[in-house]
Amino acid sequence: MAATEQTIKQVNKLGNSDYKYGFSTDVDDIKPPKGLNEDIVKYISSQKNEPEWMLDWRLKAFSVFNKMPKPDWAKLDIPDIDFQDYYYYSSPKSLKDKPKSLDEIDPEILKTYEKLGIPIKEQEKLAGVAVDVVFDSVSVATTYKKQLSELGIIFCSISEATKNHPELVKKYLGSVIPIADHSFAALNSAVFTDGSFVYIPEGVRCPVELSTYFRINAMNTGQFERTLIIADKNSYVSYLEGCTAPMRDESQLHAANVELVALENAEIKYSTVQNWYPGDSEGKGGIYNFVTKRGACRGNNSKISWTQVETGSAITWKYPSCILQGDNSKGEFYSVAITNNRQQADTGTKMIHIGKNTSSKIISKGISAGKANNTYRGLVNIQSKASNSRNFTQCDSLLIGNECGAHTVPYIESSNSDSMVEHEATTSKINEEQLFYCMQRGLNSEDAVGLIVNGFCKEVLQHLPMEFAVEAQKLVAISLEGSVG
Amino acid sequence: MLNIKDLHVSIEGKKILNGLNLSINKGEVHALMGPNGSGKSTLSYFLSGKDGYEIEKGSIDYNGKNLLDLEVDERANEGLFLAFQYPMEIPGVQTSFFLKTAINSKRKHQGLPEIDALEFAKLIKSQAQELDISSDMLRRDLNVNYSGGEKKKQEILQMSLLNPAMSILDETDSGLDIDALRIVSEGVNKLRNKDNSFLVITHYQRLLNYIKPDYVHIIADGKIVKSGDFSLALELEEKGYEEISKTAQ
Ligand SMILES: Nc1ncnc2c1ncn2[C@@H]1O[C@H](COP(=O)(O)OP(=O)(O)O)[C@@H](O)[C@H]1O
Ligand SMILES: [Mg+2]
Repeated sequence: MAATEQTIKQVNKLGNSDYKYGFSTDVDDIKPPKGLNEDIVKYISSQKNEPEWMLDWRLKAFSVFNKMPKPDWAKLDIPDIDFQDYYYYSSPKSLKDKPKSLDEIDPEILKTYEKLGIPIKEQEKLAGVAVDVVFDSVSVATTYKKQLSELGIIFCSISEATKNHPELVKKYLGSVIPIADHSFAALNSAVFTDGSFVYIPEGVRCPVELSTYFRINAMNTGQFERTLIIADKNSYVSYLEGCTAPMRDESQLHAANVELVALENAEIKYSTVQNWYPGDSEGKGGIYNFVTKRGACRGNNSKISWTQVETGSAITWKYPSCILQGDNSKGEFYSVAITNNRQQADTGTKMIHIGKNTSSKIISKGISAGKANNTYRGLVNIQSKASNSRNFTQCDSLLIGNECGAHTVPYIESSNSDSMVEHEATTSKINEEQLFYCMQRGLNSEDAVGLIVNGFCKEVLQHLPMEFAVEAQKLVAISLEGSVG
Repeated sequence: MLNIKDLHVSIEGKKILNGLNLSINKGEVHALMGPNGSGKSTLSYFLSGKDGYEIEKGSIDYNGKNLLDLEVDERANEGLFLAFQYPMEIPGVQTSFFLKTAINSKRKHQGLPEIDALEFAKLIKSQAQELDISSDMLRRDLNVNYSGGEKKKQEILQMSLLNPAMSILDETDSGLDIDALRIVSEGVNKLRNKDNSFLVITHYQRLLNYIKPDYVHIIADGKIVKSGDFSLALELEEKGYEEISKTAQ
């Protein structure tokens, strides 16, 4: 983490207009022409040497996408997206022949990661963290594979999984997020390029945090990851996802699909720190982040826990959800969403209680500064057979300045009378007296805001794995730079 | 150290300080006594640089600098410390983390590297012990669910760790039981040396038995109406504010 800290310090020196990860890497791309059509879908599939069944699945998804309207219910001011104006596949040339080891990786790419604060070579040594790195559309390096495979754990790119573990992919891909769920889900299913695949066999507790850093590099490339995590009976896994993107004027599209399946007694903990480029202070550029994340607690006593820290993207549209099918299953959602300048975030969760004695907990902390808008939108749905189920929801919003907005939109649907749903919500302005107190102790105004906001988010941040929590705290502070005069 | 000349300050159009003069030299302890609403807290907030005050007239020199040119954090890092009458609660922020952040802010200002983790642990342990603050307390959120006395001790702990040149204690003695009062006073006395100064704001002569001031001032309606040595505090105890203010005019 030393490198990360150093990067953050350097960025702190640059002042608030400079995005921490706003450089791009000069590598030759291989790209088909811009645009979205059946040929592109076929092109992607052939580039990945996919089996026939996968191509068919993609083509089916593409035809579904073409027939669907785009969702328009979120409280977002979404510019029209011209789907024909994006590249749907980009792969750094030097990866055409896949590297056998880290030494074969383009040094430029490795440098990029160094700038991001994750020197891969260091990461390999860093005890307890296995990293699967996605550079644009292709996995460049998978570390720790050997140690994990001895436990029967599969941790690889989704493309590899399609080839090497087709039975698992066929069984679970699209089983949590059906192709026709909504248009971005369909689009992702048609053109997804890469992402991670995890399988934890029965009775295995994954000994390390599995981690993937995603990075959008090539210009005008929509990025469509597909991640699938399966925790078999009595297993446990904690998965971390970190994201950054270079600074570009054109807005970029990101539409990932993440599916989690927890079988009987299994637990999946999924943590995200998202700091895609948010656009400049005028709202120019930035990532459009339309992500579908959904976990199914399929087995009895299973548990899925989402923790997210969303500080980036121009537009975030994201509702990590839990389908609580198994009896006694548990879903949790811990979220920090920070919007500054002209960022827009519409995020929350859906907890669908189907099994008996299911419980869910939602803790959402939204922070708005500048002219930003932050909406919590959550659904708690308790179905008729979900007797004795519980939900607790707490949504707190913090406003910094007078031009930002916070909105809380809870939907509660209960068809079961012995279940209980609790909802608490607060909205407050950052406390000037607290700021003054901190500054009287020598903290500058930005550090004071960072400290107070981190305190406000503590209930969420403490659910992140240690290494991530430290980085997340710094990100929280950085993303609010310039928010107080 | 601190030289306040003919200070006139108002809040929302309401005049609070009304031609206040006060000069504090290095190594001196001054006590400021006065009835509720006389402007004691206003003076300490204004000196610390809090927003919302308007200066109509006057000047404040701090170590050869115009204090009013400095931001709140700059004043703090230049050694001005305010022990708050009502310390703020900061939920979610561990007390020890806050203390470390404050120490590092000052070190940064002085061009020093961040404090070494071990050094910090030792420092905070010994200082907290002297003030009878448990290590459990240091793991709790800053001032959240602290008792009144615990909050005041926390202020003195922060003061000890930051070792300020000019400390203002705003009614630190209010709400303290006799043991806490003794501990807090010892904390202040330990810090006293020939290079630093204190402005001790209090209602009660009681505190001044523990922290012996070099000068005592009486404030009424936003200005100092009488100054003297420790005997003035005793006289005040005897006669009350009204009587003393009257004789001063
Ligand atoms: N924010 C404020 N707005 C208006 N009046 C204030 C404000 N703060 C203090 N005052 C008034 O200023 C006067 C002095 O208050 P203060 O400095 O707190 O007195 P002391 O600390 O001596 O008890 C009081 O009359 C009080 O009501
Ligand atoms: Mg007062």
